Amino acid sequence: MSLSSDSVTVDPLPRFTTAERWVHRSLGIVMGVLLVTAALLFFPDLGGLVGNRPTVRLIHEIAGWVVPIPLLLALLSRAFRSDAGRLNRFRPTDWEWLRSRDRRSGRIKVDKFNAGQKLNSALTLGAIIVMFGTGMVMFWSSLFSDSIRTGATFVHDWTGVAFALLVLGHIYMAFNDATARAGMRTGSVPLSWAQREHGAWAEELVGAKVSDSLPGSPPPQQ
Amino acid sequence: MQEQGTEQKGTPVGRRVVLGIMGLGAAGVLAGRWLSEGVSDVVASTAPGLAGVIPAAGGFRVYTVTGGYPGFDPATYRLNVTGLVQRDLSLTLDDLAALPQTQMTKDFQCVTGWRVQDVPWSGVLLRDLLAAASPEPDAIALRLTSFDGSYTESLTMEQAVRDDMLVATTMYGEPIELKHGAPVRLIAAPMYGYKSIKWLDGIELGRKVEPGYWENLGYDVDAWVGQSNGRSDEPVV
Repeated sequence: MSLSSDSVTVDPLPRFTTAERWVHRSLGIVMGVLLVTAALLFFPDLGGLVGNRPTVRLIHEIAGWVVPIPLLLALLSRAFRSDAGRLNRFRPTDWEWLRSRDRRSGRIKVDKFNAGQKLNSALTLGAIIVMFGTGMVMFWSSLFSDSIRTGATFVHDWTGVAFALLVLGHIYMAFNDATARAGMRTGSVPLSWAQREHGAWAEELVGAKVSDSLPGSPPPQQ
Repeated sequence: MQEQGTEQKGTPVGRRVVLGIMGLGAAGVLAGRWLSEGVSDVVASTAPGLAGVIPAAGGFRVYTVTGGYPGFDPATYRLNVTGLVQRDLSLTLDDLAALPQTQMTKDFQCVTGWRVQDVPWSGVLLRDLLAAASPEPDAIALRLTSFDGSYTESLTMEQAVRDDMLVATTMYGEPIELKHGAPVRLIAAPMYGYKSIKWLDGIELGRKVEPGYWENLGYDVDAWVGQSNGRSDEPVV
């Protein structure tokens, strides 16, 4: 359904619950610790600035073990599970959005998450699982053959390099959109931003609100 | 949130991407030994500088145990050879440079698995250095110390006089970098990298092999590549 002028009564729109924001925040902190310690462990010239490799390594290992905790706790949140389901599913408009040159114009009405965000979340989860698995092989290296150890190190190193670039890209995108950042910080976003960046989601939410107040209106799906 | 109709939910691309990455990761672990050698070879022949920036491309990794790399003053640096010798030595860098110089190009194999191929070193053969000090007949062990204050190593006299044990002062034709053990390090080529003590400043000859820093942490004292530490790497020749 189309937006009517009286729909601004639902401004701002709730985007992330408190639980989701804490999951994002805690995972972000752990990832920060992992990436900084990884850089110290990985680049000899950086590592030399602080030395103490056994300590840096211990911090990296502990942070690695902590990663699954916020992710598993997140599954207790209905909102998180719902958003995870949305991130998982690609609709035809997602492919169209990825291919289009004017993807930021709002012409293609995107869901709560755009295709880039969906890809980022899938790549991030996949990378986390691979980094965790290979990290465990490196942690318990004496249980594995030389070949598996070398393979795990190889995958951990190169996936780590790619993952660091992905995280930097994620931060860069957030850096360029103060409203999106505020959405993750406060939990809600202005309707105008949602209409431009996530048109289909805005209609869905506004429609739901309007249909709550107007029992006779059609269901809020597009 | 409200349930969407099945036809509108879309395809589970996210799940496929995650599973795909997991599959690639597992394949990479299984094939990684060959893949990493391949990457090292390609990098070495196309962009040798990359390995100096990204260790995974075939470069050195550096394991610091102290608060950073120890500094030194080239003017006051001394390499001391003491213990069961007829002549104590206290050599400046110039003294070292005046001794017969030997070059050798060897793979550098770490006990954690990485290997840097064909690293050119030069310096004084440990054998020549020891000869200058005239060891006593009962000197059968060497204790090597580092001016970082923590790193120690050991060799038997029999191992020390091999022709692939070098007191190195250059690496890739340049003075050794600080992170690689400047100004002087040992290159115990046929052994795992931890035997090649960095920031070398003392060699003491004695009657008993005393395990060094890494050996006290559980690594083998006789650290032959491929025949120790439970590993099966190709020997360094």
